[in-house]
Amino acid sequence: MLEFEPSLYTVKAVFILDNDGNRLLSKYYDTELYPSMKEQKNFEKNVFNKTHKADNEIAFLEGMTIVYKSSIDLFFYVVGSAQENELMLMAVLNCLFESLSQVLRKNVEKRCLLDNLDGVFLVVDEIIDGGVILESDPQQVIQKVNYRADENPLSEQSVAQVR
Amino acid sequence: MIKKFDKKDEESGSGSNPFQHLEKSAVLQEARIFNETPINPRRCLHILTKIIYLLNQQTLRRMCYLTIKEMANISEDVIIVTSSLTKDMTGKEDVYRGPAIRALCRITDTTMLQAIERYMKQAIVDKVPSVSSSALVSSLHMVRMSYDVVKRWVNEAQEAASSDNIMVQYHALGLLYHLRKNDRLAVSKMLNKFTKSGLKSPFAYCMLIRIASKLLEETEGGHDSPLFDFIESCLRNKHEMVVYEAASAIVHMPNCTARELAPAVSVLQLFCSSPKAALRYAAVRTLNKVAMKHPSAVTACNLDLENLITDSNRSIATLAITTLLKTGSESSVDRLMKQISSFVSEISDEFKLISQLVMGGFEYKRAIVDCIISIIEENPDSKETGLAHLCEFIEDCEHTVLATKILHLLGKEGPRTPSPSKYIRFIFNRVVLESEAVRAAAVSALAKFGAQNDDLLPSVLVLMQRCMMDSDDEVRDRATFYMNVLQQKQKALNAAYVFNGLSVSVPGLEKSLHQYTLEPTEKPFDMKSVPLANTPITEQKTEFAPVATSKLPEKPGPTRQDIYQEQLAGIPEFQGLGPLFKSSEAVQLTEAETEYVVRCVKHTFARHMVFQFDCTNTLNDQLLQKVMVQMEPSEAYDVLHYVPAANLPYSQPGSCYSLVSLPEDDPTAVSCTFSCTLKYLVKDCDPNTGEPDDDGYDDEYVLEDLEVTVADHIQKVLKPNFAAAWDEVGDDFEKEETFALASVRTLEEAVGNIISFLGMQPCERSDKVPENKNSHILFLAGVFRGGHDVLVRSRLALADGVTMQVTVRSSDKTVVDIILASVG
Repeated sequence: MLEFEPSLYTVKAVFILDNDGNRLLSKYYDTELYPSMKEQKNFEKNVFNKTHKADNEIAFLEGMTIVYKSSIDLFFYVVGSAQENELMLMAVLNCLFESLSQVLRKNVEKRCLLDNLDGVFLVVDEIIDGGVILESDPQQVIQKVNYRADENPLSEQSVAQVR
Repeated sequence: MIKKFDKKDEESGSGSNPFQHLEKSAVLQEARIFNETPINPRRCLHILTKIIYLLNQQTLRRMCYLTIKEMANISEDVIIVTSSLTKDMTGKEDVYRGPAIRALCRITDTTMLQAIERYMKQAIVDKVPSVSSSALVSSLHMVRMSYDVVKRWVNEAQEAASSDNIMVQYHALGLLYHLRKNDRLAVSKMLNKFTKSGLKSPFAYCMLIRIASKLLEETEGGHDSPLFDFIESCLRNKHEMVVYEAASAIVHMPNCTARELAPAVSVLQLFCSSPKAALRYAAVRTLNKVAMKHPSAVTACNLDLENLITDSNRSIATLAITTLLKTGSESSVDRLMKQISSFVSEISDEFKLISQLVMGGFEYKRAIVDCIISIIEENPDSKETGLAHLCEFIEDCEHTVLATKILHLLGKEGPRTPSPSKYIRFIFNRVVLESEAVRAAAVSALAKFGAQNDDLLPSVLVLMQRCMMDSDDEVRDRATFYMNVLQQKQKALNAAYVFNGLSVSVPGLEKSLHQYTLEPTEKPFDMKSVPLANTPITEQKTEFAPVATSKLPEKPGPTRQDIYQEQLAGIPEFQGLGPLFKSSEAVQLTEAETEYVVRCVKHTFARHMVFQFDCTNTLNDQLLQKVMVQMEPSEAYDVLHYVPAANLPYSQPGSCYSLVSLPEDDPTAVSCTFSCTLKYLVKDCDPNTGEPDDDGYDDEYVLEDLEVTVADHIQKVLKPNFAAAWDEVGDDFEKEETFALASVRTLEEAVGNIISFLGMQPCERSDKVPENKNSHILFLAGVFRGGHDVLVRSRLALADGVTMQVTVRSSDKTVVDIILASVG
């Protein structure tokens, strides 16, 4: 029997953790999945405990398939249901990672990410919308976001630049 | 309600009237309200809108969109922003249009939707892919809210589907399906069109495959339909994602024949050796599902699956093993279970998976039970979980052997858990429901609970009474026996009869009893006259015991010791020695490649020792005769007699014996060193024919010294419950001493040394020293020559070197002294 309804909604959640398992960015697209902040944090903790030592790409936890990647002091996770096509989830993860890599000028580490968090938000927003994969090509994402890491962070933009 | 000046906005370009003459500094001042807590979303949205029009920084505007989307859930008054967003979505800056659409749709409600309908339809068919995608995806989100409105855009979506852009194709297809899914015919037509037209997007293909599968399932279409052919053709798509999706779809279809499965399975097999972990995981997970229904179809992949057992990703390895368990042969089962047991304790999810593998025959179940048992023994933390699993297991296990094994384990381990009463229910149910053998085992297990827990004792006695009415003899006998023992409420009795079972060898017991019945005597039968068994293998599980090929319960065969007893009894000189207490392992007295190879087995009797020398002559040009080993003792041992080997031709081993008496006047002198010399008459002989000369000459050959130590006087005995045995022996002859082991650096080394030196049996798994501990207690049990129980409790502490406090208990004073003297 077919286990799932054909749907564009493929991603249940995406989050980025530091190497202590603390959340830097997270988006949960399935509102029924872990409705409260507490449950989300708990889930992230469990996922982190299972994956940060192993350094494999893929894991299965709490009925979800999780693909992940780490870089220096960051961990990137994309979560889908257990019946999801794992390669699709990997495509999302790779797109996310590649796009961020370019945006942060190859410094995919915590300090740089936090300094350019606004750009990171934009990137995530361009890849997944409401759980639907919006774009899978990192080059397209970069073009749309059009963000450069050496731009001044938002708070410092001077009024002089205003038209 | 939309503000009137919208129309004017379109004409005047960006910036709406009320905002045109805003002063930047004023707005920036107002922006400070973002710092207020609690934030006022309504005013903030207002400010944000002003900011959008003042500043042309791309990032800032985009961030505003994001913020709007995030705030959409909490704000109700979105009119102001709507107008500006609508502006943006139709504006000239392409880069804003997509995100503006998405933001707008997030905050829009039904009435608003109708107002922007025109813009949405335009956006869907827009040539800029990001705009089209954004519109399509947003439409999808809005289907939930307002299906009827979105349905009107189906033609636009259809047009978008013929776009070249792969993401637009995907999104259009997704939206179309969602809009049409209740209309099977429409879906079918759509599929037909798309499967023929050829899409480029791998995501779209995956979507198509899923839709086709669903349709096949709903219409119960035969597998000769074009839909099936389409899915099957996707196995040859150039994108791995699509190939995998197709294989997965085929595998999940009901009523698939092996022939239909074959191409899907071979694709998955290829993926098993991919360098990408996600692909291997996907493949093995899918093969696992196939194996449930069609194990034979997966057999072709067994080799690839075996390679995955050692995959660094634990999930992949476990899935590989569970798949192989379903498809592999019996002989591979134990090998596989061994590999699981090493890491199952790390994975909670997969552990449950394995314990649910109750399908399959007896061999699988037995392997699983053995696996769980060995996990419990290796990893004390897993004990409660493991026991709980085993309890569930016996609830519906129809195999007597397994049930009795589990009951035995429950009886041993259950009483020591924090809440033992929960196991009693399971056990008693077996007494009521099962076959005789299982009921008997359950009675024994119950008795152990009663003996160990005083609070449970009254309940156990009641249950035991019921068992005394059982229809089977064995069950009644056991129940009556345990009832009587337990009612005495004496720890010593419990220890002897409930916990630590028979330590004698069963054939030996049989023989002694037989002997006893033949000779009329008034003395009661003395258990001590029965030779002890070597520690039975079933108690010791230091390594994983492989699954035996025979399915019958094993009959206890004659042990090594029984064989020796027979041999020695055949020699007339050794008739009056009494029963054989212990035979040691063979000790080599010569180096490896020497002319004569001699090894010695030391047989201990009550007051004598017999040394058996197994000799082999490796020289093909010599015949040895009247071979014996002359021994010179260092202590008070007396050599009484030699029994030589008559002939020792080339390469045929023979044995000669020496009888030695143990010192009577100094019982503590248990150790001794013998210097040994091989003495013989040698005749040269022809190497080819083996014919010896008539004459020979005496010669001798020096052997290595032979040590007799305290260990030779002690037979190992396992006491499953050491504490009970300790109480039973009592402290009448207890002695304690403390030693400093200067040359020993680690606790493991000290433990190993004591065990091998004293030759006693470690109990309660105390031979294993946990890591990173500075102290340890070692429990040793044995029986000293003469039948005296001896127990040693050794407290070890690691500071600078190892300090050891040894406490010895025995039923005989001399034995205690001997042990302590040996350690010192």
